[in-house]
Amino acid sequence: MSVPHFRRVAAIALAAGLGLGLAACSTKGDDEADAAGKTIITVDCMPVGAQKNLLQAWNDDVKAFEAANPDIKIKSVSVGTQCANPPDFTARLNGGSMTDVFYGYMTDVQQVIDSGQAMDITAYANKDNIPTWDDVLADAKNTFTKDGKVWGIPTKNYSMGLVYNKTLFAKAGLDPKSPPKTWAEVRDAAKKIAALGDGVAGYGEYSSGNTGGWHFTAELFSQGGTPVSADGKKADFNNDMGKKVLQNLKDMRYADNSMGSRQLLGWGDLLTLAGAGKVGMFVGAPDATTAIVTQFQGKYEDWAMGPMPGQDGPAKGTLGGGEGYFFKAGLSEDQIKAGLKWLAFEKLTPGKGQFDYVRAKGLGEQVGLPQPQLFTPGSASQKAEFDLRKANGNIAPEDFAAFENNPVPIKFEPANAQGIYAILDSAMSAILTNPNANVDAELKKAEEKVNQLLAQAAK
Amino acid sequence: MAIATVPGTGIDVGSQAPQPPADPRRARRNRRIKDNLTGYGFLAGAVICFAFFSWYPMIRGVVMSFQRTRRGETTWVGWDNYDRIINDPSFWIAWKNTLYFTVLALILGYAVPFFLAVLLNEFRHAKGYLRVLVYLPVMLPPASALFLFKYLAYDPSDAGLFNAMLKAVGLPTSQWMQSADMTMPAMVLASTWMNMGGAILIYLAALQNIPGELYEAAELDGAGIWRRITNVTIPQTRLILSLMAMLQVVATMQLFIEPLILANGAGTQDSATSVVYLIYQHGFFQNDLNGAAALGVIMLVALIGFSAVYARLNAKQD
Repeated sequence: MSVPHFRRVAAIALAAGLGLGLAACSTKGDDEADAAGKTIITVDCMPVGAQKNLLQAWNDDVKAFEAANPDIKIKSVSVGTQCANPPDFTARLNGGSMTDVFYGYMTDVQQVIDSGQAMDITAYANKDNIPTWDDVLADAKNTFTKDGKVWGIPTKNYSMGLVYNKTLFAKAGLDPKSPPKTWAEVRDAAKKIAALGDGVAGYGEYSSGNTGGWHFTAELFSQGGTPVSADGKKADFNNDMGKKVLQNLKDMRYADNSMGSRQLLGWGDLLTLAGAGKVGMFVGAPDATTAIVTQFQGKYEDWAMGPMPGQDGPAKGTLGGGEGYFFKAGLSEDQIKAGLKWLAFEKLTPGKGQFDYVRAKGLGEQVGLPQPQLFTPGSASQKAEFDLRKANGNIAPEDFAAFENNPVPIKFEPANAQGIYAILDSAMSAILTNPNANVDAELKKAEEKVNQLLAQAAK
Repeated sequence: MAIATVPGTGIDVGSQAPQPPADPRRARRNRRIKDNLTGYGFLAGAVICFAFFSWYPMIRGVVMSFQRTRRGETTWVGWDNYDRIINDPSFWIAWKNTLYFTVLALILGYAVPFFLAVLLNEFRHAKGYLRVLVYLPVMLPPASALFLFKYLAYDPSDAGLFNAMLKAVGLPTSQWMQSADMTMPAMVLASTWMNMGGAILIYLAALQNIPGELYEAAELDGAGIWRRITNVTIPQTRLILSLMAMLQVVATMQLFIEPLILANGAGTQDSATSVVYLIYQHGFFQNDLNGAAALGVIMLVALIGFSAVYARLNAKQD
């Protein structure tokens, strides 16, 4: 081939290749059924390779499910250890690249509906497709329901309390079986733990990446407050309760110097410190201990949990949340039913999937955590799950007894939560990094900004 | 093509049939296209890439900035997104921070590489070694370099690298990223360290193009090093300096990875919130891709405006 001819062929091949490549990018490759007529569904949130035990459990479950349902094929997809890391989730959602059955947080419901990428599954969300559906907590179901339409299936729920390192408690001369119940007790315990030295913080707190605002909200609930007014139009934290939240933190940070020198912590930062045994207490949900061990190299035997502290007595509220699965718009009826069947098996059947405590115990995973509590108290499913949990529990019952025996009313996140949290991050970071920060001024500034945000959101 | 045959004989007469005279202009055009086929082929590759990965997203961004998607339905909302984004509580904070970073980066990030290049150009020994040394940070992935700064250099305790150094020479330590006043200077320092290698190499190339006679003449006239820099080096590299200044401003205005990694986003008391980080917040945290698109368009217009004014001023000087 002569050189000019070769160049011409190369140029045309390049252009054609690029064109075909782009065309390939734009086509969807989802199949509804394979050659054997099996219904195929793709499902995300498969554990990543580093989570060996969880991955093995997932793969075993897929195998068992497919054996029991020879007409269904599950294609699993892993999307990282944090299955709905907000920026990744939003990008996947708006790019339309979610799996057929996709994971999301309770707080994502509005975003999922707005994107137009999920389908209304009201007609299918029943006990014909999920045998335990009638036993699932009404509150959990309601969080995935908007205007009477069901958009998702709840698969986990949580509420926050005080997660603490009982090994550090013992070293500091505190009783590991009796966690602090008020913020004043938290402050005392934090001082004693920080006195251990070696870079150990008595109490850890978030203040960046919107997590500071999230925890401010949880702590505001503990005081009996709420971040926005009942009609959702005005900020409602610039009051005595909001002041107490920030003042408690400021006192621990600067008056007591019991929160360590590293601040501006985000989700992973605090759990990294926890995994390294460098933090005594923080506000979190029971599964924080799972994250500390499976993602941040901590040890189960170090951790225990108490209820959310209150100001002068028991907390008046705590923040609750959860997760679930949505269904991608455009699925066939067979695919929806197959997806529901899978979720019923993996997430909502006592003794199977996430409730297969015999298997979890065998793998050395933590069994006996008080949450999720997805079933209505007194229902057959709740009793079955409770009995299995007690029979197979491998954690000391007293580690979570204080949390379990002192239930706190659960409150949910406000609308426009992420925008509000971003603003409240600023107040939290000011209090935790600037010894001269003024609590009243920070709250006033945040209040003005949240009011401005809510006014714009209402337009 | 239909084939003309003589009825009943099957004889093809198509080739002998009288043809209308060919249009000479069309023939010329066809020949030109054929002659340039290779060029068009290669051009198509670039055009397809630009069209899909640059122009289409840009146009789509502008279109999205005038739309709003709710419950899967997209409607035209005029200037509503712009109104919402301009009234966002962090809008002016983000612009103020971004401009502050740009100014600081011009002072530090622009001047330092130039003077380092002049210095390196003066060395007679170990030239290659020194050039590799200054270019090394560029080869480090930006995220890794920033994590080094975050956890090693900017650790606010006395164990942090910079604090240990300050303490060793008897200077007061700093809270670095935990201090609203230090956030921007610390980000500029990290950013300059990460990026100056590329700029230094460009300046070095420009410096080596300056004829040696000019320096000799200046020396004969009794010019010291400072006079030689101001009267020979800077005028001779003015074109490249001016281009680099514009590129630097355009790049620093798009400040994002530094706040994201060093300051976990907004930094303490919003001291690190940049315009691009605000776009990211709206697009990926607040379910407001349309507002994010509007802010992106505002940024685009601002940068086009700056570039146009800058180019005009430069043209006038020429």
